[in-house]
Amino acid sequence: MSGQLGKPILRKEDPALLSGRGRYADDLPTPVGTLHAHVVRSPHAHAEIVRIDGTAALAHDGVWAVITGEDIRKLSDPFLIAVKAPVQQWALAVERVRYVGEPVVLVVAENRYIAEDAAELVEIEYAPLEAVLDPQAACESAAPLLHPQAKTNEISVRDFSYGDTKSAFARADRRIAMTVEFPRLSFTPIECYVVVASHNPADNSYDTLANFQGPFSIHPVMARALRVPGPKLRLRIPPDSGGSFGIKLSVFPYVVLMALAAKITGRPVKWVEDRIEHLVAASSGPNRVTAIEAAINKDGRILALKLDQLEDYGAFLRAPMPGPLYRMHGAVTGAYDIENIDVTNRVVLTNKMPASLIRGFGGPQLYLALERLMQRIAVELKLDPLDVIRRNLIPAAKFPYRTAAGALYDSGDYRHAVDIAVGDGRLDDLKRRREAARAAGRHYGIGFAAVVEPAMSNMGYLSTMLTPQARDKAGPKNGAVSMARIDIDPLGAVSVSADVTVQGQGHQTALAQVVGAQLGLPVGDINVALEIDTAKDQWSIAAGTYSSRFASGTAVAAHLAAVALRDKLKAIGAKQLNVLEDDVELVDGKIRSRSNPDNALAFGRVAATSHWSPVLLPENMAPALSETGVWSPPELEPPASDDRINTSLTYGFIFDICGIEIDPISYQVRVDRYVSMHDAGRLLNPLLAVGQIRGAFAQGVAAALYEEFVYNEEGAFLSGTFADYLVPTVSEIPALEILHYESPSPLTPLGAKGLAEGNCMSTPACIANAIADALGVSEVTLPATPRRIHAMMEGRKVEGGSA
Amino acid sequence: MKPRPFDYARPDTVDEAVELLAEHGDDARILAGGQSLLPMLNLRLIEAGLLIDISRVAALDAIIDLGDTIEIGAAVTQNELMAWPQLAQKLPLLAAALPFVGHFQTRNKGTVCGSVAHADPSSEIPLALAVCGGAVVLRSKRGSRVLAAEAFQQDMLTTARAPDELIAAVRFPVIEGKGTAFNEVARRHGDFAIIAVAAIADRRGAVQLGVGGMVGRPAVRSLTADGAAAAISAWAEELEGFDDAHASPAMRRDILRKLGPRVIAEAIRCAA
Repeated sequence: MSGQLGKPILRKEDPALLSGRGRYADDLPTPVGTLHAHVVRSPHAHAEIVRIDGTAALAHDGVWAVITGEDIRKLSDPFLIAVKAPVQQWALAVERVRYVGEPVVLVVAENRYIAEDAAELVEIEYAPLEAVLDPQAACESAAPLLHPQAKTNEISVRDFSYGDTKSAFARADRRIAMTVEFPRLSFTPIECYVVVASHNPADNSYDTLANFQGPFSIHPVMARALRVPGPKLRLRIPPDSGGSFGIKLSVFPYVVLMALAAKITGRPVKWVEDRIEHLVAASSGPNRVTAIEAAINKDGRILALKLDQLEDYGAFLRAPMPGPLYRMHGAVTGAYDIENIDVTNRVVLTNKMPASLIRGFGGPQLYLALERLMQRIAVELKLDPLDVIRRNLIPAAKFPYRTAAGALYDSGDYRHAVDIAVGDGRLDDLKRRREAARAAGRHYGIGFAAVVEPAMSNMGYLSTMLTPQARDKAGPKNGAVSMARIDIDPLGAVSVSADVTVQGQGHQTALAQVVGAQLGLPVGDINVALEIDTAKDQWSIAAGTYSSRFASGTAVAAHLAAVALRDKLKAIGAKQLNVLEDDVELVDGKIRSRSNPDNALAFGRVAATSHWSPVLLPENMAPALSETGVWSPPELEPPASDDRINTSLTYGFIFDICGIEIDPISYQVRVDRYVSMHDAGRLLNPLLAVGQIRGAFAQGVAAALYEEFVYNEEGAFLSGTFADYLVPTVSEIPALEILHYESPSPLTPLGAKGLAEGNCMSTPACIANAIADALGVSEVTLPATPRRIHAMMEGRKVEGGSA
Repeated sequence: MKPRPFDYARPDTVDEAVELLAEHGDDARILAGGQSLLPMLNLRLIEAGLLIDISRVAALDAIIDLGDTIEIGAAVTQNELMAWPQLAQKLPLLAAALPFVGHFQTRNKGTVCGSVAHADPSSEIPLALAVCGGAVVLRSKRGSRVLAAEAFQQDMLTTARAPDELIAAVRFPVIEGKGTAFNEVARRHGDFAIIAVAAIADRRGAVQLGVGGMVGRPAVRSLTADGAAAAISAWAEELEGFDDAHASPAMRRDILRKLGPRVIAEAIRCAA
């Protein structure tokens, strides 16, 4: 890598963000006359809406509109979803409510205070229905139906079979089975949803601002709901967004809601979500029940796997669900060389908030099951868990490796990475510490987790859910496009825009590094603007920031555009320097002859030529310096007729080791040491990489020990404030030792693999395994709160195990 | 999360404040640090027609040494008390407890008396008041009275304060020649305690032990260092303990059984 690419450059974004000068959606000016909205939400988990009377609310001073589901149904179509099932959702509840917090009425007023006062005057009569919260209970025939027309809550069931599991199970020495549950939680960004919407009656178009993160495949979903063609829904993304972690995909129903409110009132409408609403109704990851079974040899080698994944999406399937269930599909065998696998994927609806993408995106759910199973195999066979893992890891010689379910793992040396982690992570020392603790009567455990981290989704991945016949009928879906554009202005200043949205990842810095490496310019000289405006910017359905697509996707598009510009500038420079093009290099802000560096021109001067003096350009070269890089990797093919699919472009590898101890007084899990080995190919910026790893680790610790959305039997939501929903703070996050290994991806010119979600996938599994080791139990329920640890220890006493 | 409309008054004197309370009664609320009050107003869990802001009443912003007791006025913030130079010497138990109260940022606004008024069963300052045998000074238009902590603290979020009374100050006895210790178990740094334990021990092993988070108000008992473990175990059974998302009653009792003797041992060490 040249220039500053690959170096730990400090972020361009930070001076503004750290001094209170971020420009978040709520900071931006709004048009004169903007009204403010407040959402009245359902107090019931499941109920018919009998009657809504907004008269008193509407009569309140300063109130402009009281909007109900019936108003919305007249003006809009239900949101498109991926599953063919009669499950309809509009921007407000229609006829019935299906989760506590579901939007029922929108009050629009001069300000939010008045809107909330008036909301208390809206009379809503409900007829409560029986609610079902548990995903397994929801599958039973006697369960209350959320969508009666669907005749079931289990709205999608798909079986997949790869290889020959039947023979493998027949010849196996043993079978080991377990059921693993992954809890329901979210990742709470500091900034919640913000939407500002206007309507232009002259051409029935909408102009909206929202901190939406993508994917922009959701833009047509919004446009269709609003009954307008795409160009009539202008969506603008603000310069800064205070975190998202997948959650700000699901702002889209509110974009539609506020757009309709603007149409109804004839005024711009702004809505700022507060924390209570966010916790009860914004989004969450899906909880999953996995029944996993392995056919094994007596040395722990896995011959075949069976997985039944029951995933709970709450009351509605919002586009693009059931993403988490299919995003990992090609990689469902994780880091292991397993040729035979049966997978059953079931989507069930329950009376909880609709689940959607959160960071990890299906990985946490899969790996908790897979990695708990690996540990369980070791325990049952009385083998060292590390030996079992090593025995099953895909050997380096097999890369690029095609998994049983169709993923193409581009590069990796898993065993070597594990060796580094074991050595530099001082596993031997951890084992000594465990021995000493146990000798003193304390509960200490060691856990491992091996994770393959996919990045940049194949947009066809969701069509795996359809049968091959249905796919043939609908036509193939596949691919992923990334786009970036570079312009050089008459004074030689470089501007970059790209198809990612910003939530604080440092993309401006990384893009400046990628482009600067080709143009020979420092990061400070490259201007990057990432506020997408669907009316003015180039975007595709793949645009946005999600699924870790930046390093494997958009960064490559920027690289390609930079290379094209570099070559153009070399040609222009060669003519002016009177040398051959091969001899020209772009270094340190100059364009010069490599063989005679004194023969040089300033970058800006050569660039200016294209604007001011096209006569000096080489023959047949178009003037103006503007390039759009488009990157569409061929490896992202549609699902095959045998259901094999390469669900992502690049695949990184993570191996975690941790030692934990149960605090004898507080029953808290105290992490003694946590080591995480990461292979994400070439790192574009090690500081950004470490930031991502630390963030994902914090969220992994949260899932393992703290955060959970809790509902009681009636469906009341019990995690409505931060006093109940415990987000770990810096005081609770343990120290993290990060080790690096680079196996560059051969599939992209930069060799970098998307990196962002890994520890969300590995850390809950690693900590769960350590707890299982510490307490000698087979079932570890996450989050492993002190209350659960206490109960587990009591349970062991009751069963007569050693206390 | 916007509050309902309310009026706002900022009296300069205690007399003005109690005059307003007498006039408005239940419809008025005292605002000092607002760390408990304002979230409840924003969540619309409570109503207030009038907020009476006493944070600038000079007479209430004082820490007064009365010789054998220290009087802390209603406007004194938790951080102001922590910064009082004589805190460690005269009120060592409070000095040990205050770092557990919320976070540095909240202690800049939250007041000592505000915590006592709010009376959350697991909060640290009311526990310290109970163990130390402190008192609460109440003022109203009708006059003033002083209630011992035992009489003032009734139950979860419930005190003996009448609607027309404001807490003017709390009084803590000065601790001399004794050892003190405070500890708690909480899910995260700064959270409400699951169990909080405070102990004052003299050189002969007589201990005053206080527990927060087990029942509706701080529980206090006298015991001796000898046989403390057994006494605490029995006491835990008596108290039973709450059931909530963070801990079962059995878990609370187990924590108390282990934490209690630890805190006592530290207080004894400190006394020596």
